[in-house]
Amino acid sequence: MRERHASRGARRAREFEEFVAGAAGRLLHAATLLTAEAPDDNPRARRLLTLALAQTYASWDRLRGEDPYDRARQHLATRFARGAWHQYGALGRHRPHSASVLADLSPQERLVLVLRLYEGVAEEQTAALLGLPTERVRTICARAMATLLHPPREPAPSVPGAKVAPS
Amino acid sequence: MNLPEREAAVRRMLERTPPPVPPDLHAEVVRRGSRMLRRRTTARRLLWLVLLAAALAFTIWASVARPWVEPPSTTTPPVSDW
Repeated sequence: MRERHASRGARRAREFEEFVAGAAGRLLHAATLLTAEAPDDNPRARRLLTLALAQTYASWDRLRGEDPYDRARQHLATRFARGAWHQYGALGRHRPHSASVLADLSPQERLVLVLRLYEGVAEEQTAALLGLPTERVRTICARAMATLLHPPREPAPSVPGAKVAPS
Repeated sequence: MNLPEREAAVRRMLERTPPPVPPDLHAEVVRRGSRMLRRRTTARRLLWLVLLAAALAFTIWASVARPWVEPPSTTTPPVSDW
């Protein structure tokens, strides 16, 4: 009994290691896009990914045939949404200025865009995951795509010299 | 540009420069994940313990206090010699 238990544990550890080796690159890229950090300096994305994968590890035995990648992505998305909510008050106010391509987007736009286009999750599933109506997901995605393809001319007024005194 | 083309363009933008995966990721994930599992097990045990203790306490109290027995009447004096 004990031997069987140990061998099952070893197999589980091996399976999980293979899963992490296969999925970590793509999930880390998604997390880095979510946090809008530079690809070579992404402490928040790493932390997000570590916690999401740890959650996946903890629920590994209760997957029951479900795709672990889906589960890990779900953990990642909900964790990011919750974190963004706590950090910025509501999804959508704070816009970091960094080297990421998604720096101009709000956290919610980034989340929808990454899930829809980078991860290829269907509109309905994205809506269910985020608790939004499907039309809203479509709108957010269209807006985010428009911002990305036609970036606003004026960079955000955080440059010190660019302040204009009101007359 | 129509929608599929736009989507493809955005996808290409997103796919650029994948970040390098840190080498100690798996070890860290397993460490945190097993801590999560341990905590869950502890919490579940604690919950069961509390439940059992409550059940035991209730049984002992019930067997001592016997709340289902009719309390002796305090208004009618006991009937004697008739």
